[in-house]
Amino acid sequence: MTNLSILVIFPLLTTFAILFCRNVTQIKWTALIGSLLQLTIASLLMYSYYGERAAGNTAQMLFEARYSWYSAMNIEYYVGVDGISVIMIMLTAFVVTCGILISWKIETLTKEFFFLLLLLSVGAYGFFISLDLFTMFFFLELAVIPKFLLIAIWGSGKKEYSAMKLALMLMGGSALVLIGLLATYFNTDMGGGVHTWDLLKIAHMHIPYETQLFIFPFLFVGFGVFTALFPFHTWVPDGHSSAPTAASMFLAGISMKLGGYGCLRVATYLMPEAAQHYSWIIVLLATIAIIYGAFATLMQKDLKYINAYSSVSHCGFILLGIGMLTKTALIGAVMQMVSHGLMTALFFGAIGMIYERTHTRQIKELGGLLKTIPFLSSVFIIAGLCSLGLPGFSGFVSEMVVFVGAWQQPDAFHRIATILAAASIVVTAVYILRAAGSAIMGPIKNEHFNHLKDATWNEKMASVLLIFAILSIGLAPFWLINIISPDTQIIMENIARGAIGN
Amino acid sequence: MREEQLVIKMNTDFFILLKPELSLTFIIFILLIIKVSDGMNKNSSIIHLANFLLLINFLLGFIGNATGTLFSDMYHTNGLIALEKNILNFGTLIISLQAYEWLKNHKHVIEFYILLLTTLLGMFFMVSSGNFLMFFLGLELASIPLAAIVNFDLEKIKSSEAAVKMILSSAFASCIMLFGISLIYGTSGTLNFAELPTLITNNPLQILALIFVFTGFAFKLSAVPFHLWTADVYEGAPVPVTAYLSVISKAAMVFVFISVLNPLFQNVQNVWYNMLFLTIVLTITIGNLFAIRQNNIKRFLAFSSISQVGFILLGISSGTTMGVSASVYFLIVYIFSNLGAFGVIALVAAQTEKENISDFKGFYKNNKTLSWIITIALFSLAGIPPTAGFFGKMFLVTAGASKGNYVLIIIAVLNMVVSLYYYLRVVKAIFVDENESPIEKIESNLYSKIALYICMAGIIFTGFASVLYDYINSLM
Repeated sequence: MTNLSILVIFPLLTTFAILFCRNVTQIKWTALIGSLLQLTIASLLMYSYYGERAAGNTAQMLFEARYSWYSAMNIEYYVGVDGISVIMIMLTAFVVTCGILISWKIETLTKEFFFLLLLLSVGAYGFFISLDLFTMFFFLELAVIPKFLLIAIWGSGKKEYSAMKLALMLMGGSALVLIGLLATYFNTDMGGGVHTWDLLKIAHMHIPYETQLFIFPFLFVGFGVFTALFPFHTWVPDGHSSAPTAASMFLAGISMKLGGYGCLRVATYLMPEAAQHYSWIIVLLATIAIIYGAFATLMQKDLKYINAYSSVSHCGFILLGIGMLTKTALIGAVMQMVSHGLMTALFFGAIGMIYERTHTRQIKELGGLLKTIPFLSSVFIIAGLCSLGLPGFSGFVSEMVVFVGAWQQPDAFHRIATILAAASIVVTAVYILRAAGSAIMGPIKNEHFNHLKDATWNEKMASVLLIFAILSIGLAPFWLINIISPDTQIIMENIARGAIGN
Repeated sequence: MREEQLVIKMNTDFFILLKPELSLTFIIFILLIIKVSDGMNKNSSIIHLANFLLLINFLLGFIGNATGTLFSDMYHTNGLIALEKNILNFGTLIISLQAYEWLKNHKHVIEFYILLLTTLLGMFFMVSSGNFLMFFLGLELASIPLAAIVNFDLEKIKSSEAAVKMILSSAFASCIMLFGISLIYGTSGTLNFAELPTLITNNPLQILALIFVFTGFAFKLSAVPFHLWTADVYEGAPVPVTAYLSVISKAAMVFVFISVLNPLFQNVQNVWYNMLFLTIVLTITIGNLFAIRQNNIKRFLAFSSISQVGFILLGISSGTTMGVSASVYFLIVYIFSNLGAFGVIALVAAQTEKENISDFKGFYKNNKTLSWIITIALFSLAGIPPTAGFFGKMFLVTAGASKGNYVLIIIAVLNMVVSLYYYLRVVKAIFVDENESPIEKIESNLYSKIALYICMAGIIFTGFASVLYDYINSLM
């Protein structure tokens, strides 16, 4: 398992295989088997990553492979992974598998649906393994357009508006990223006027302070759009709530993490001094997003909107962690990415499954579901509890690490931001418990709820997979911290070196 | 004796260097003879023959290309120019394949091909010109027959209107360009491309000449603010001719522009860079804004092609070989993508006479393959990976950014997002919008199928595979 390209090639082959399927059953099984194998490949990757690290391999990136692509512009297909990427790849594999399991009942245009879903995952895998900025950007954009079609064709509600808004805002984000990347590229120097897209090389070059100040906002805001940076979060509620279940899971579970990963790996890592210079703005915006998201969620009556707005709030923790610029906070940010990815995928999955049966997502129309569909109701409650940060689930650990890391910044501004962010958890508890209380518990509001059927095998499997992942982080967070820690250390060293340089 | 050898050598040179033009002339003569002798009456057999000859002509372009000059530097050719001619040949072949559906019932097939190939011949001379005189000759040879084929839907008033607009505006542009050329001659005493670069300086008259020549080019490229003829002409012309106008004649103009602007006006780079800067900003932005408002799909593609030209100019503005190779590469990709879109539109227009975006609502219901083809082509035009359009746009923007003018880059890149909006609008109409009477299943003939599949293959593979770009780069 040392050839990383297989992570991209395999799902690509699966998408092609789907094109040649003859009927719906074949399509679904091809997609499922493909994604399960991909999950296996990702697990093997993590296993061999552990093995390498245990054997004392301290290289920054493992399993590197490098091929010249467009040599005239020094564009390379250059891949490699560190702990952060490995974790993100695992997350992607989990969410993709569960997304496919949950879309088992898609009946209109099945082939197209699974084709686009898997194409999206190709983009995500490619993005996480790329170490060449051009290749990375290629995969980032690859993961945008399938979403438009997924929402516009299979979505619900005001799907056309949401799809267009999402596509344009995300493309706007990636346009900003592109400007940042071009500026970075032309400010690198390999000698003799040759520039490079190589992430690691650029990290070791000293880009002038003023240039960094110019480039950083483009990169950070560009990637920030993907991860619901306030005030560019407006696509999140519309996009998530209109999307079909699997697409919501992908969007919240994977796509938003592309942004967080980019903010960390590209913006902060390559522009350490600018990151320090602007960190207060990031902290400010993240705190606003956290609080605003939490209060906006309070007002929502639709289950999907609740989860969408709470995603804004939770992704705020990722940005808060990055903006704090302490090692612990960065670890927390990465953990929050993983945790939020899993938790929100589970949440959207549960909402989707309930909606499929009750045909409503309005809280006041739901009630007493625990009596008729206990399994799904339990899944919903587990997702909710994870979201509000109950100890034992991944949400608690990752938010806790972010707060501890944030508290390490001793000045009043950061302290206040941390306190405010931590206080928002109370609001989270209110909306989650209220939603769970009136939708799941209480009397059965509708006769027709008595005849609902509980989860089928595929839905159970998806839920169990995600809950397993959530618990394995929540109960034993140390393996996760150990795998991320050395890489955040490297990012921190770059930041510290930048600080000395001035 | 030596003199005799020289003559023979001259003659072989003549045939080798002039091969693309001679082969086109040969085809034109064959068609003329057939026409005069009244030998073939069946439309389909004429089209088969023409396609076959064009294919041979295209393949001939790959063998025995040489570098050299003829007619005392009037005409020159090299690897890059040979490639450019191949590109034009290729595009014409694809258009001819796509035109089958429209031409098979037309009364004047041979005339169509003769006029079409004559314009192509003009473009070849234009691309190969080493002298402003030759350039102007080629330009006129290319534009006048073009106006005639714009009018080839003979019974349609819109078609004639388009032709008149076309000929008037193109004559006007030629005049302006000619005036610029005369100023160059007046100040430098020569029209030879090889001698001009050192003679052109900051002399005010020469700056004026630059402005006029530049304006002439802007007219022909339909860059804003000289774009007003474009949409009407595109709308009125038959679909294959629209495709030809938007792809081949644009490409030829760009090729000449590349070999005139920076090579000849090196000494006044800051002057033309500022002009180009303004033109690019206007072209991309206005092209986009108008494209949003269009309902006729040909007008829509007209405005989208205006904004695409803006991106090509962005690449050229860098004034480096990187910009040149990015532009040539983008044009190839653009041919694939635009002809992919036009191919589907031509089929639909020929069979249902429907040309509005709203007619395409629910198109996916009965025409799955064609829907995907036009969608992929539009995505390529929008610059979405993994299509080749993404790479084309990226390289153009990268080349443009090498000047460090980030205002320009920010405007261009944000316009890419705007352009995505209108391309997605068409995609949305095809896939999402409800329609009570969607377009029936379109039967595509073998020729258009081949053409469309070639375009698809081009869109998908020329991006991933860096071979083509590396090849272009090696010709610099």
